[in-house]
Parts: sequence; C-alpha cells; structure tokens
Amino acid sequence: MGRNRVVIYPDWCKGCGICAAFCPKKVLAVGLDGKARVVNEEACVNCGFCEPHCPDFAIVVIPEGEPVPPESAPLDSKEETP
Amino acid sequence: MAEITQLIHHYLRHNKKFPLVFCPGCGHGIVLGSLVRSVHALGLAKDNVVIVAGIGCSGRIAAYVDFNTVHTTHGRALTVATGIKMANPKLTVIAVMGDGDAFSIGGNHLIHAARRNIGVTALVLNNFIYGMTGGQCSSTTPEGAYSHTSPMGQLESAFDIVELTRAAGAAGVSRGTVFHVKELDALLTDALTRPGFNLVEALTPCFTQYGRGNGFKSAVEMFRWLKNSCLPLERYAKLEDPGGKIPIGSFVRRDVPGLETRYAAMCQGLRAKKGGAA
Ligand SMILES: Cc1ncc(C[n+]2csc(CCOP(=O)(O)OP(=O)(O)O)c2C)c(N)n1
Ligand code: SF4
Ligand code: SF4
Ligand code: SF4
Repeated sequence: MGRNRVVIYPDWCKGCGICAAFCPKKVLAVGLDGKARVVNEEACVNCGFCEPHCPDFAIVVIPEGEPVPPESAPLDSKEETP
Repeated sequence: MAEITQLIHHYLRHNKKFPLVFCPGCGHGIVLGSLVRSVHALGLAKDNVVIVAGIGCSGRIAAYVDFNTVHTTHGRALTVATGIKMANPKLTVIAVMGDGDAFSIGGNHLIHAARRNIGVTALVLNNFIYGMTGGQCSSTTPEGAYSHTSPMGQLESAFDIVELTRAAGAAGVSRGTVFHVKELDALLTDALTRPGFNLVEALTPCFTQYGRGNGFKSAVEMFRWLKNSCLPLERYAKLEDPGGKIPIGSFVRRDVPGLETRYAAMCQGLRAKKGGAA
C-alpha cells in the first residue's frame, strides 16, 4: 500500500532490457528467463520512462492511490485471424 | 502513467498475434505507441484515420492498429495515400514507411509528394538499413557503416532526410527519436494538425540488422547512443564541433495549403464561373 505499482505482462515482454537499463531507481531487472521483473517496487518514483519506452507495451505503472486495473483479457490474446 | 499502456491496448487489433512481430528492443514498437498516443491526444475518431503502410518491418505497424489501414507495396505508400487524401480530404492520412520504403525505392514518390504538398503525414522509421530483408544498405546508411551489401563499409553518402524533404518543398519537416519519446509525440501531434505535406523522421534502432554489425553490443546500447548523440536543434546550432551529433526537433514549418485544398478551391472557382456565365 501507499506506493506506485509496477506491473509487467510477461507474455508480451521480450526481455530487451530497455526498462531495466534506464530506470533511474533500478526498479526493474531482466531475469534469467529473459523476462523483465519488478525487483524494487518501493523505489519507483513514477518518472514516466518505462511505460512509453517499452517497445512491446508490457509495462504498466499505476501511481499511488489509483486502482490497479484488472489484467485485461486481450493482453493474453494469441489467436491470429485468418 | 498507467493509462498509456491501457490506451495503446485499446487501439490494437486484438485478433492479431501478440507480442509484436518485431525483434526484442526494436524501436518500431515505440513509434507505434507514439502514433497511437498522438491520434488519441487529438481526439480523432478511429474511422477518420487512415494508415497507409509500405513493405518492411515498419510497414507491419499497419496490421496492428485499429484504424482504416492499407498495406501497399514497397515504396508506394505515398501514391495510395495521395489518392485517398484527394478522394476524401476529411480523412487524416498517415503514410508509415521505412527509410528504404520512403527514400530508396520510394524516393521519387516522396519528393513529389513534398513538392505537391499533398495533405498527408509521412512517418518515416529510419533505422539506417533494410531490416526486413536481412540488412542491405539503404539510402540512409551512414558512410562507412557495415551492412550485408556494404561489407567493407558503405562507400556512398547518406541522404539527410530532413534536408532532402525541406528542399523538395514540404510544409513541415521534423526529426525525433524513440529515446526522446515525449518529444516524438509532440512532433507527430503537430504534424497531424498541420496543412500540406508534413514529414516526421523517427530514428529507431534495429539491433538485429544494423547495430550488431556496427559495434553495438545490444539494443540498449543503441538507445544509449540515441540519448547521447541527439540534441535539440537550437542547441545543435550552437555547437562549435557538431561531429557525430544529430539535431532533433522541428526544422520546417511553412504555411502551405494542401494540394487537396487548392484543388477544391479550383473546382469551386470553376463552378462559380460556370454559374455566373449561365
Ligand atoms: C518492389 C519490391 N522490391 C523489393 C522488395 C523487398 N523488400 C521488402 S522490405 C524491403 C526493405 C525494407 O527496408 P525499410 O523500408 O527500411 O524497412 P524496415 O524493414 O527497415 O523497417 C525490401 C527491399 C519488395 N517487397 N518489393
Ligand atoms: S522494455 Fe518491455 S519488453 Fe523490454 S524488458 Fe522491459 S518490459 Fe520487457
Ligand atoms: S516509472 Fe520510472 S522509476 Fe518507476 S519503474 Fe518505471 S522507469 Fe523506474
Ligand atoms: S529486423 Fe530490425 S527493424 Fe526488423 S523487427 Fe528486427 S530490429 Fe526491428
């Protein structure tokens, strides 16, 4: 409670490491599985870097006090239409 | 910030396969995000926006966004975009092209679209290489850079997209990068609201086909390079030795009515003349 929330959608993350490299507070790191993860959420200052710089729309930062959106179904959609 | 990603998801076609087809760290996804944010910021209805793409990794953007989209042939996006704008000037028409698309095979269409000042926004994703086909040099590959077709270093000099488009007569020309994303959003939003032909060049890393062969160790390093070498053109102009630096920002802002507007005025004039004679 009382802090910014940082959520990674692992299905969409490609582990490029841009978020981890440029996060000024070292909130993010890329794990051995090649996916970004949140390692220090308390430190997030909602600086606005990671969300628009993730090429795969795999990060959401929810500022303190705002509701955490439910994981939307389309995020997991894998079907391609003919 | 949470709304940013939510917003982009709102504009995606969810029946497509995700994640995006692009390589990890490819800047094209960031340009896609910028495009969506800019359209949203202007409050344009999805149905009034047309994305016309060429062929290339950059052209794949058209497949993902829930606007009216046309995937044309390599280098010809602007011809189709011109036709759409002339037929229905109310639409916001955006041509999304790679550097190969826009300035190599499609270079002729580009200079004439700029000369005519057709009211289309050209979004050029410049990654200095032909990404999709395996890393051949393009007309923007820097001199000395390595590619599959310049294994000893590029001997030809590169086009400066901004200078070329300016010289061809475009109403607006700007350059941004996927590192300077807020500025890129602003440049694109501005271009979308201006009359005439407006081009936005977005520098976007292709580690797979360009970076790897040119001394970069990762996609992240290419973003670091953009961060360190690009600076606002006002500051760039004051540099004593600009060596290796790249100016970004808005270079040309001329008030020129789009061809479609001049055409409508001509038709109206003819109708008035005919009416008067009768
Ligand atoms: C008429 C024609 N010539 C060549 C090709 C092959 N081709 C497909 S994409 C491409 C170049 C792509 O480079 P660019 O436009 O810079 O886009 P990127 O993939 O780098 O985003 C080429 C040469 C084609 N599809 N059609
Ligand atoms: S920037 Fe996005 S895709 Fe890249 S590692 Fe971070 S969350 Fe994953
Ligand atoms: S918003 Fe800024 S501080 Fe927070 S995780 Fe993202 S990059 Fe780090
Ligand atoms: S080849 Fe280059 S331009 Fe194409 S998806 Fe991969 S990184 Fe992006």
